[in-house]
Amino acid sequence: MVLAVLLAWPVPILLAGAKWPPRAPGLALALWQSIALAGGVSMIGSLLVFGLIPFGATPVSALGALAGHVVAGTLPAGATLAGVMALCLALILATHLLLNLSATFIRAERQRRRHHTLIGLLSDPLPFDTEGTRVIDHAAPIAYCLPGGTRSATVLSRGLLHLLDADQLRGVVAHERAHLRQQHHVVLLAFKSWHSALPWFPIANRAENAVALLVEMMADDQARLAVDDRTLARAIALVGTAHLAEVSGTQSPLAAAGGFDDASSSDLVGPRVSRLLGDVPGLSPAARTLVLSATVVLVVLPLALLLTT
Amino acid sequence: MGSLGVLERLLMDILWSANRPLTANELRDALLDPAGTGAKPLATTTVLTVLSRLEGKGFVTRDRDSRPHGYTAVSSRAQHTAELMHEVLGTTTDRTATLARFIGNVSPQEAQTLRALLESIGPSPE
Repeated sequence: MVLAVLLAWPVPILLAGAKWPPRAPGLALALWQSIALAGGVSMIGSLLVFGLIPFGATPVSALGALAGHVVAGTLPAGATLAGVMALCLALILATHLLLNLSATFIRAERQRRRHHTLIGLLSDPLPFDTEGTRVIDHAAPIAYCLPGGTRSATVLSRGLLHLLDADQLRGVVAHERAHLRQQHHVVLLAFKSWHSALPWFPIANRAENAVALLVEMMADDQARLAVDDRTLARAIALVGTAHLAEVSGTQSPLAAAGGFDDASSSDLVGPRVSRLLGDVPGLSPAARTLVLSATVVLVVLPLALLLTT
Repeated sequence: MGSLGVLERLLMDILWSANRPLTANELRDALLDPAGTGAKPLATTTVLTVLSRLEGKGFVTRDRDSRPHGYTAVSSRAQHTAELMHEVLGTTTDRTATLARFIGNVSPQEAQTLRALLESIGPSPE
C-alpha cells in the first residue's frame, strides 16, 4: 500500500524533475515503464490483499477460497463492507485499465490503416530512396513516421524539402527511422492509454510528457550517428521556428485550429536542441547500474510483496 | 501497396484531374494509355472492383441516376492532403498518437527561444 502511494506521487515527481534523464534517455524510459507497471500492480494488488484478508491466510489460498464463496454466494465470517468494496474496486480498476489499453490500440490501428491508404494515394516515393521514404505535397514543413510492419513509412512534406539542406534531411530521416526501428509508438500509446484511463491522475500526464521527450532524445541519438550534432540541432530549430512563422499567417492549419494544446507542446523541442549543443556526458557506469537495478526492483518488488504477505 | 493499391492510385489520379464524372469504361480507356507505360489492358470488371473499393473507403461517389454510372472523386487531392496534415499536426479532435513527429507543436515562446538558439549555432558551415 505504501509502495502504491509512493509510486503514484513522490517518485514520478522526482523523476520528472531529475536532471540525469537526458544523459541516458533509454534507461530513463525503462524506469518510467517499470514505475507505471509497478504502480498499477501495487495499486490493484494492495486493494486485493486488503479485501482478501478475511478469506485466507495468504493471498493465493484466499483467492481459492474467494472463488468458492462467489460460487456459493456466501461471505466468510469477518468479511466487512470495506473489504468487499476493495475487492470490487481492484476488479474495476484492472478491467478499466486493460479495456482502455486495448481500445486505444484498436483505435490507433484503425487510424493508421486509413492513414496508410491516404498516404499511398497522395504521396510519392522520394527519388533514389529505397527505404520507404515518401513525399507529400504540402507547404508546411512536416516530417513523421507511420509504423505498420513492412509498410512502415517515413513521410516528408514538400515544405520540409524546401526548408532543409541534404545533410539536415538525412538527420531527420535517421531520426524518424529510429522511431520506427525502436517501436516508440507502442510505448507512447501505452502511456497515452494510461493517461486517458486515469485523466484525474496528474502523474499520468507528467509521465506521458516525460516519455514523449525521452523517445525524441533516443531518436536524436540515433540521428547523431548519421549527421553531426550541430546539423541536427539546426534542423530541429529550423523546423521549430518555421512552425512559428506559419502561426502568424492566417491560413495556417495550426492557427486555424485555434491555438495550441498546452499539454502537448510542453517544451519538447528546446531541451532537445540544448542537449545537442551542450556537452552532455553519458551517465557513469555506476549510475547506469543503479538505475537499471532500480528498474528491475520496481517490477519485482510489488509482485514479491503480493505473494508473500 | 499491392497491385490493387497501384490501381486505386491510378484511378484516383485520373478522377482528380477530371472535371466531370467518368464512367468505368472511360476510366478503363484512360488507363489503357497512361503515358506509354505499356500496361496490359484491364477488364472493365476490374475497374469496377477497384471503384467499389474506393467508394467503400469514401474516396469516390457514384451517380446512380445516370446510365452507365458516373464516378467522381469526393474531395480534391489538395483537400485530402490538408485533411491528412491536420491529422498529423494534431489539430483534429481525435488525434493519432502513433505518428511520432519530428517536431511537435511549438508554442510562440518556445519558438523565440529556438530562434535565439539558431542564431547562436551560426550559419551553415558551407
